[in-house]
Parts: sequence; C-alpha cells; structure tokens
Amino acid sequence: MKERDIPFQTISGRPIERLYGPQSIPGFDYGAELGDPGEFPFTRGIHPSGYRGKLWTMRQFAGYGTPEETNRRYRELLSAGATGLSVAFDLPTLMGRDPDHPLSLGEVGKCGVNVTSLADMETLFDGISLADITTSMTINSPAPMIFAMYLVVAERQGADWRAISGTIQNDILKEFIAQKEYIYPPRPSMRLVTDVFTFCSRQVPRWNTISVSGYHIREAGATAAQELAFTLRDGVEYVQAGVEAGLQVDAFVPRMSFFFNAHSDFFEEIAKYRAARRIWARVMQDRFGAGDERSLKLRFHSQTAGVSLTAQQPMNNVMRTALQALSAVLGGTNSLHTNSLDEALALPTAAAATLALRTQQILAYETGVAAAVDPLGGSYFVERLTRDLEEESAGYFRTIDNMGGMIAAIERGYPQREIAESAYRFQQDVERRRQLIVGVNEFIAPAGDGEERVPILQIDEEAANRQLRRTERLRRERDGDQVKRALSALCEAAAGTANTMPALLDAVRAYATIGEMCDALRDVWGEYQEQAII
Amino acid sequence: MSPSIIRVVIAKPGLDGHDRGAKVIARALRDAGMEVIYTGLRQTPEQIVAAALQEDADVIGLSILSGAHNSICPRLMELLREKGLDDVLVVLGGIIPDADLPGLKALGVSAVFRPGTSMQEIIDFIRRETAAKAGAPGR
Repeated sequence: MKERDIPFQTISGRPIERLYGPQSIPGFDYGAELGDPGEFPFTRGIHPSGYRGKLWTMRQFAGYGTPEETNRRYRELLSAGATGLSVAFDLPTLMGRDPDHPLSLGEVGKCGVNVTSLADMETLFDGISLADITTSMTINSPAPMIFAMYLVVAERQGADWRAISGTIQNDILKEFIAQKEYIYPPRPSMRLVTDVFTFCSRQVPRWNTISVSGYHIREAGATAAQELAFTLRDGVEYVQAGVEAGLQVDAFVPRMSFFFNAHSDFFEEIAKYRAARRIWARVMQDRFGAGDERSLKLRFHSQTAGVSLTAQQPMNNVMRTALQALSAVLGGTNSLHTNSLDEALALPTAAAATLALRTQQILAYETGVAAAVDPLGGSYFVERLTRDLEEESAGYFRTIDNMGGMIAAIERGYPQREIAESAYRFQQDVERRRQLIVGVNEFIAPAGDGEERVPILQIDEEAANRQLRRTERLRRERDGDQVKRALSALCEAAAGTANTMPALLDAVRAYATIGEMCDALRDVWGEYQEQAII
Repeated sequence: MSPSIIRVVIAKPGLDGHDRGAKVIARALRDAGMEVIYTGLRQTPEQIVAAALQEDADVIGLSILSGAHNSICPRLMELLREKGLDDVLVVLGGIIPDADLPGLKALGVSAVFRPGTSMQEIIDFIRRETAAKAGAPGR
C-alpha cells in the first residue's frame, strides 16, 4: 500500500525508516553496548532490580504566592501520596531580588513561592520534618543562599546535616544557554557551584549538589540530541571545575544528578535516556578515570514537556502528559514530575495537580510497565535510536571541546544559536503543517464551540503586599549590625578564595535577605549581560 | 506613496528569561520583511518606551509568560501616552488567562496572542492594523 504523504520523522527532525531489523544495528554487542541493568555502561538502568526494588520518586514541582500558601499545598501533596517535595520559587527569588526591588513589580509570588529570608523558609517547611522527606529546590544563581536557608531550618529542627537529603538544581550553565536566570558572569558563577560541591562533600554528604538540566534546554527549542549533548557536556564542565577546585572525582561526582525533558516523541525520548546513561558512564571512565561505580551511574529526574501543552482544548494535555510520562518510565527515570492540564494558561489548580500525580500512580500500579527492567532493551528500533543519539551527541562534544569547553562555547553564543535555530525550524514545521498538533493546526475546534473552559488558579495579588510588609518588618526587627558584619564577611570570602558557604550560613542566621546577599556578591563580581541573539 | 517598512520593537519585560517565543517571533517578523529590534531580557517599561521612541517603532510586541502582565502593561501604556506614542500598536504574547483579556483590551493592548497562535496570524494582524493606522487621519 502507498504510504501516507507525510514526513516520517521524529519531533527533532530525525528521519525514521519503515522497518528496523538486525541490519539496523550492525555489530551489536550486548555486553559492551547494553550490559545488564546495574552493570556498565548502564544503558539498561542503574539498578539491577529496576522499579521492582524502588519505584521512581513522584516529585511534583509546586510553589506560589506566600510561604504559608505553598506550605499548605505541600501538606496536601504529601497526604495525597507524593514521595518528595519540589520547590518552585518566584522570579524575584530566582533572580536574587527582594520584593521591594523595582524589577520585582508584578512578579512576587507569581510563578513560584517568594522566599526572601530564613523567616520565609521556616514558614515554608513548618510542620514538615526535613529529616523525613527529600526536597528538590529549583534554584540556580542564588542556589547557595537558598541552600544555606534550608540547612539552617534543618539545624533548628534538630535534623542532622549528614543525614538529610534532597537536591538543589545549582546548574548555572543551562541558565546562560537556555533559561537565562543568571546573575554573575560565568566564571564566578562556576566558583559558587564548586563551593557547594566542596562544602557538601564535607558536611552534607547525602545532598545532591547539582541537577544538570536538559529540561530547560529542550523547552527553549533544542532537539533531543542537543538536549542530550549540551546537558552531558555541561556535566563534564562541572566535573572539570570540581577537579580544578581540588576535589577528587569520586568525592563529588556520585552526588551529581541530571534532569531531562520528557517530550512527545515517544521512542526518541526513551532512546535519549538510555543513551544518556551510556555516554555518562563512558565519559566518566575515559575522561576522568572515575573508579567509584556511583560516579559512573547517571541518575536523573524528568518532567513532561511544558512546551507541548496547548491552550486550545486543554483537556488533551492530560493525554500528552501521560504518554510523555510513560516514555520517561520506560527510559528508567529515577524521579518524575507530570505537568498539569492547565499549565498553558496559568499555574495549576490543586485539582489539576492532583490529576497529574494520579497519572503517575496509574502508570506505577495499574499498567504493569514497572515490572520488567528496561522492557524495550533489544528492540532494533530503540537500540538504533540510542546509537544515533550517542553518535550525534559525540559530534557536539567534539565541537564544544574544540571551542575550549562549554564556558567558551557559551561566550561565543554557540549553544544559544543552535537552540534558536531548532526552535525556529520547529515553528516553521508547525506553520507548514509538517508537524501536526491536535487542536492547534489539526482537529481545531470551531470558534466558540467545543473549547472547554478549565478552572484557573488565581494568584492572590495580596501575596505581594504581604511579602513586602513582611520584608519591611524583618529589616526593622533583626539586628542590623549583625547583618552588616555578615555581609561584609561574605564579600571578603567572595573576593578571596575561601569557600563562600560558611559566610552565607552566617548571613542567613542573621536574617539577611536574598537580595542583600546577592547584591553583596554583585558588588564583588558584577552582573552578566548577554548579547541578544535572534 | 509606497508603503514604508513596518518597524517593530520586540521586548521582554520583567524578570523572566524564557525568550524562545520572543526570538521566534522576532525572526518570523523579520523574515516577513519587517524591521525588527529585539531589546533583550529584563527591560523595564521605561526602557521599552525609550527604545520605541528611539527606533520610531510602529509596533511594540511584548512577551510575558510570568503572570506579571497586569502590572507591566498598565505602566507601559501610561508611559506611551505620556510620550505621545499612543499611535504605536501594542501586542502581547504569552501565558495570559481569559479573565485578564478584557482588562488588557481596555488599556489599549490591541491583541493578545497565546500559545498555539500561528506566526502567520501575527504577521497578518500587524500588517492589517498598521495599514489601518497609516490610512487613518492625523498620521
């Protein structure tokens, strides 16, 4: 039969053949290429028992408004069966600005929770024992400041720093590449990252010090191969930086974790996760001579693709998210966030967020997909895709190595330009209907008809005012001299070579605000301005 | 008189750095023959209005995904009026809930383009509206 007249290609533009067979993977070597789960090069997974031992962590990213409101949402999520917390901060917090800064206008509490000082962090985790949960915090440029606040809350709850666990994203390179929430220039920014590595290796040994993130790179428009390559090459850059800061590879690499997108192209995504594990194991062994097996095992979180959600016919997003989540599970994700159906319109309502969590629970307990490890291993198609992605990634590695590493590549605008190209190509494919999106350029509901209305979360505009008043009161009531002394000690550490974490912990204990701490370092290091590329 | 080239300032106000949409649109408008100036990230309303004035813009395209539109748009429209730039066409793209649409229209935002809008639709809208403004008396 004649084939349909459409381009058979992945969402990243990779051509797909009609049929895959043994000839698609010439010289296939099970031991070298795959290995059993839990064995080098970990293509099939990092645990021999897969999800039979421990299911993936169902970790839903949440945060909005004031710390009180978000604290309530966390308690709801925990009682609904979530197994970890994940903090979404608002833009002022992410950019190291206090609520009363002019650039914070309209942004306080909007796309996450506002945390200005230790007082807010105490409220955020009120009634939640940090010794008993793991918390992931999506924070990058001010990661050391927010982490210091979390540590002081733990300290005051009586939790042992050596026992607590969680993750800070702390991935500044992808900020320069994709998400653009940077503050300082690349080199001092890397110093902050390695300060956290060093501090944690000594004092908070179970903490995941970085989540090297492809998620945002993909959301910005990268292809699957670009997401894979830029993320892992960022990982290499961090390992190199840690080594140059005097750390032994096996003393900090086991606490590095990764974060990938779960996009719509089902098989390409599964291959991407499998390739990621294989590449990382090989790179850590070949480039860095890692000896500890934990340094070779790539652990990752994944999140379904926000960018794939449509404002049109929003109920369709439930299906998209479920299928994306399935690809992450078949690819062996270690933890997962599923998006809510209403996120092309606003932050999710509690009902929509619960449905997203239920989607994961159905996958875990009803579908049987968690029973066998790497169930697609050996599929001619999936193995070929895994190989192709690994090869394409190696090409990007060579290009970036030739430029002198990722920081040099970023300074030349290389990954930024590659991603912008891919984003534009994708949009053109959508315009020309080479890429179909249900409800957007195909199966469109007639105007005014069939467009379901979904309830929308309204962020209380009063949240900003409450945070403003709270910050004002904090500045009045704390010991101003103690704050001043702590901030000047912080500047001194930053200007020299001492680790900045102890000075940050002191500043946090004195209730210095995030804006004050970040400003102190702005005075020392300056701010980064990017060359806008279109 | 031959139609002059449409001049567009694409701006990214607020603290948000998600610039995929702004950059794709900037490029699409440029490929459609418009003169496009992209301000880069984190522009205050004051900076955006200054850019529009300096570039003699016909159109300002704002990209806001963070939910800050109800604070940023009123300030921007007020500044445009103060500078006598009320004839500049202002369009907005981003994550904008239904409930906010009437308020934005009332402020003078001519169109709100949400996720899934085609580039062609945006190009056509800008061409049509700028032509209508050019044909209107007083310009």
